[in-house]
Amino acid sequence: MNIVVLVKQVPDSEAMVQLKADRSAVEVEDKYTLNFFDSLAMEEALRIKEQVGAGKVTVISLGTQKSVEALRTGVAMGADEAVLLEDPAFEGGDEYTTAKALAQAIKEMKYDLVFCGREAFDDSSGAVGPLVAEFLGIPHITVVVKVQVSPEERAVVVEREIEGGKEVIRTPLPVLISAQKGLNEPRVPPVIGVMKAMRAEIKRLNLDALGLSPDEVGRAGAKEEVLRYYRPPERPSVTMLEGEAPDVVRELVELLKEEAKAI
Amino acid sequence: MSGGVWVFAEHQDGRIRKVALELLGKGRELAEKLGLELAALLFGSGVDGLAKELTLYADKVYQWDDPLLEKYNCDVYLQLLSDLAVKETPQILLAGATVLAKDLFPRVAGRLSTGIAMDCLDLELGDDALMIARKPFFGGKVWADVACREGRSQIALVRPNTFPVPTASGDITGEVLKQAVEVDPTQVRLEVLEIVRAAKERLDLTEAEVIVTGGRGMKGPENFQLLEELADCLGATVGATRAVVDSGWKPHDDQVGKSGKTVSPKLYFAIGLSGAIQHIMGMDTSKVVVAINKDPRASIFQYADYGIVGDLFEIVPLLTSELKKELGKR
Repeated sequence: MNIVVLVKQVPDSEAMVQLKADRSAVEVEDKYTLNFFDSLAMEEALRIKEQVGAGKVTVISLGTQKSVEALRTGVAMGADEAVLLEDPAFEGGDEYTTAKALAQAIKEMKYDLVFCGREAFDDSSGAVGPLVAEFLGIPHITVVVKVQVSPEERAVVVEREIEGGKEVIRTPLPVLISAQKGLNEPRVPPVIGVMKAMRAEIKRLNLDALGLSPDEVGRAGAKEEVLRYYRPPERPSVTMLEGEAPDVVRELVELLKEEAKAI
Repeated sequence: MSGGVWVFAEHQDGRIRKVALELLGKGRELAEKLGLELAALLFGSGVDGLAKELTLYADKVYQWDDPLLEKYNCDVYLQLLSDLAVKETPQILLAGATVLAKDLFPRVAGRLSTGIAMDCLDLELGDDALMIARKPFFGGKVWADVACREGRSQIALVRPNTFPVPTASGDITGEVLKQAVEVDPTQVRLEVLEIVRAAKERLDLTEAEVIVTGGRGMKGPENFQLLEELADCLGATVGATRAVVDSGWKPHDDQVGKSGKTVSPKLYFAIGLSGAIQHIMGMDTSKVVVAINKDPRASIFQYADYGIVGDLFEIVPLLTSELKKELGKR
């Protein structure tokens, strides 16, 4: 079973995000981590490889030097290979161009399964996974909480989370699956894995290696353009209600009715 | 641009989802400004009644009606929707940011070689008639306006409760256009074996207008009954924090937060929860927030409109009975 895992290095929840003066970009405090949902994807890939007893797990990311950290985390957990798509031409891209480049790289690999996280913390989009599947011409299943692979039948049965319930879906391989919380508990990389990851070779692929043209990637190929960033509107400061509980509760109901018009 | 503005009319349990109605309202506004027609897209089995209902909102209702469409299957919906979109090139294509749409529409965007703005907080038209979508980044720490200059359609998925539900004026009578359900079977690889959905009396968290969320301060799963009673009198849905879900008191489906559900209700009660950043990221676009916590330093108070420092086990039952009295008067 050959499995490719898409990963992204994203700012930590606690990281400060500042706007540049002209609002054209943001500056993020240097606190990064492997995207939480990607760690679930990584874990599931490793478990499937262990269960099947053969194959290879390749972890792949598009980005700059920072993404190497996400790849090394993947290797530390147990991935066999790490690939970084890196080229100045990729800068300023969107989900479309990211997926295009990732799919182009995966096309050249042998793969049965592609895993990714439900969404990335920074853009909360969740579009890259389905787009990669579209560009690869394979089916995809998102927000997955359970995976059962039958290697002999070359098929997979998965459970995905829907509003208020679950869906069970069967599909032949290859397929792209996006991981949702509840799928598994990601392992903490063992010390020996961390040592291995520090020395691991990161294979780098640039624009030429992928065989894409400069106008298909980065800002030139992007469909979505950020016009401006800004701070969300600030909530007015809190009104603290004080006193005996019955009085406070009466006051709250009155405020919700008259001031907030929320009930 | 013959296709105008399209709205995906998602439905569940025989009813058009509220978010789809909200978008039909917004879609009408955009269509009028652009001088275009508004169309609703309806997929399902035995959905003539819903199609008729949609004619109250849209000029055209594209209806795909076949037993094959009873359950959502991305491979099937994708083909039918993209084929028509390629033919008709709608200028704008809108859907709610629901589980189904987040699964389907990125792929539609790929097939149409266009962009997609997921999880939008607002939509407006720029000077050049381009749709500008507002989106949160970094869990809502910043917002951005994005636009799709390249490619058609301009696709946006919008968070529920962003726009008001329009009034169905009786005089708009749209036309129902039944579409042939012809799919290439070799491109249908997914097989939906089963859908398990508990009969729910309450709206899903993502669509609820009022939410009552409990945190670790609830002390145990049995005490969520207090929140259920409060929710009952408000027609609210009960949510939980990550700590509560990770303790096994509540299923993951109930989790509000970055690794759970993003919610945007009109009224949000944060009860016995401290306000961890990952929780705030899931609820900070709530219109009115009430926080109840015994710790006056709890960070949730920074994100609340009204705060009560006190024992939730005393305050919540009082609040429930006060609300019952108040709402009973109407």
